[in-house]
Amino acid sequence: MSRRRRTLGGDPDLDLFGYADAVRPAVSEPSTERAAAAAGDEEGKPRARSRRGGARESNALVAHVAEPGAGVAFEEGIPGASPASAVSVATLTHTAKDVLEGAFVPLWVRGEVSDFKAHRNGHWYFSLRDGAAQVRCVVWSRDRRRIPAPPDDGMEVAALGQVTVYPGRGELQFSVQAMEAQGDGLWRKALEATLAALHADGLLEPARKRLLPRFPRRVAVVTSPDGAALHDIVAVARRRFAAVEIVVVPARVQGDGAPEALCAAFERIARWGDVDVVIVGRGGGAREDLWAFNDLRVARAIAGCHAPTVSAVGHEVDITIADLVADVRAPTPSAAAEAAVPVRDELAAQVRALGLALGAATRRLLAERRDALLLATRDARTAATRHTERRRARVEQVAGRLDALSPLATLARGYAAARGAEGETLASVRDFSPGMDFALLLRDGTVGATARTVERGAVRRAPHSPRKINDASNDQ
Amino acid sequence: MTFEESLARLEEIVSELDGDGLDLDAALALFEEGVERLRAASAELARAEAQVKLLVEKSDGTLDLADFGG
Repeated sequence: MSRRRRTLGGDPDLDLFGYADAVRPAVSEPSTERAAAAAGDEEGKPRARSRRGGARESNALVAHVAEPGAGVAFEEGIPGASPASAVSVATLTHTAKDVLEGAFVPLWVRGEVSDFKAHRNGHWYFSLRDGAAQVRCVVWSRDRRRIPAPPDDGMEVAALGQVTVYPGRGELQFSVQAMEAQGDGLWRKALEATLAALHADGLLEPARKRLLPRFPRRVAVVTSPDGAALHDIVAVARRRFAAVEIVVVPARVQGDGAPEALCAAFERIARWGDVDVVIVGRGGGAREDLWAFNDLRVARAIAGCHAPTVSAVGHEVDITIADLVADVRAPTPSAAAEAAVPVRDELAAQVRALGLALGAATRRLLAERRDALLLATRDARTAATRHTERRRARVEQVAGRLDALSPLATLARGYAAARGAEGETLASVRDFSPGMDFALLLRDGTVGATARTVERGAVRRAPHSPRKINDASNDQ
Repeated sequence: MTFEESLARLEEIVSELDGDGLDLDAALALFEEGVERLRAASAELARAEAQVKLLVEKSDGTLDLADFGG
C-alpha cells in the first residue's frame, strides 16, 4: 500500500496564507528525523514518528494483520497472530502511530476549539470538534511561535497538523503546527494583547513622540543586510546628503528568531550609543513576514531606544506595532530615509538664511544705536547753547548793574579822585601834607598834582560817597 | 557643539538681537558668537561623503564599525 496514494490532501481552500507550503517541507522530511530515531522516545512528540524507520518489525505486523487473506496471518511465530505471540500494548500503539503518521501528510482541519489549556511546560492542549466528532489537539511549545495567539474556546479555526497517536493514552492526537481563526481572530487577539500591554506601559502616548534631529551625523539602520529596504534607504540617504553616515545594524527581520534578532540589534545600538536617529524596518512581505514587527519585545526595544526612531515596515498599507511606538512612522523604507536625512542644499539654505538674519539684526541694532547717539548729541548741543546764552544774559545784566555802581561813573559825572604814590586813595586831608605829589584821577585820564596847602574844615561833599560821609562824621 | 545645537543657538541669538533692551557690548558679543556658530554649522555641511558602515560585535563583546560591502 502506497502511503502517497492513500493520504488525504490538505484542503486548498483553507490554505489561505500558504501555511501548508511553508510547513510541509519541515514536517514531511523524514531522513533527519529517522537518524535521530534511536534517541527520541518521548511519547507523543512529533519526533516520535521517526520510530517508523526503526519499526520494520511492527510494520510487518500490520501487513499481516491487515491482510489476512494473504494466507500467512495465522502462521505460528508472527507477532499477534496467536495468544502465544501476543504483542504488547506499546507495540500496538506505536504501530498504530506509525501507520497513521504514514497515512497522513499534514493537513488542515476545521473545527471549534474547546477545553483549551496552556500547560506550564509551554505546550497547548485543546480539542477540535464539530457536531459529530472531536479530536484531541496539541501545540508543542516550539511550534507556538507560528501561531500568533492562543485560541479561545468556541473559536472556529482551521488547524494545520499531523495526525498521530499518543501512545501513553492510546488516543488519536492532532499535532498542530499552524492555525487560522475565522476573521483573523488570532492575529487580532495577538495584536490586541500587545497593544494592551504597550498601552499599560504608556508607550503609545502621543506625548512620547520625539522630534527627529534636523541634521543627523549618523543614522543607524536596523534591517536585513541583504534586503531591498536597506538598498533603498542607502540610495535615498546618499542622494539627499552624502555626508550623513549610514550604519547598518544587521538583524533578521522575518522567520524564526526575528524578534530576538531585532531586540539584539537595538541592544547593540544602546551599548554603542553613538547614533542620532535609528531607522528600523524591512520591505514588503506577507503578513507573517512582517509579524516580528508586531512583537511586544520588539516594540519595547524600539520605545526604549535612546535616539529617535523611524519605522518603515512593508508598504504603505502595512501598519505594525513598531509603527505605533516609533517616533515617526514612514510608509516605506525610502520614505524613512527621507524623514531621517535632510537634503543638504535645503539645510545649507537654512544656515545661509540664519546668517543673513544675524547680519540684519546686528546692523539694525547698530543703526538704532547710531541714531540714538546722533539724537543725543543734538540735544546736548542745544542744551549747551541755551545754557551759555542764559549765562551771557546774566553776565550782561550784572555788568550793567556793576557799571551803574562803579566809581568810574562818579568820575564820569565830573568828580575826581586823588591817589597817592602807591595808588592808595587819598580821601582825607589827613592823607595830604603840603608839597606832597599825588595823582588826580579824572573821567578821561590822570593829572599829576602837588598839594600846596592842607586845611581841615568842612567842604561840600558828594552825598552818595559813604566813605567821605563816614570820614567826615569821624572827623566831627 | 553639534550642528543641531549650533543652529538652535543661532536662532536664539538672532531673536535676542531682534529684541529690545540689549546694550551694545552684549549685542556685539552675541553677534560674534553667532558668526562663530555659523562657521561651525557651515563646516558641518561641508563634510566629505561618508561611507556606509556595518556595526559589528567583536568576540570580546565590544562593538566596532566595519566597511559595509553591500
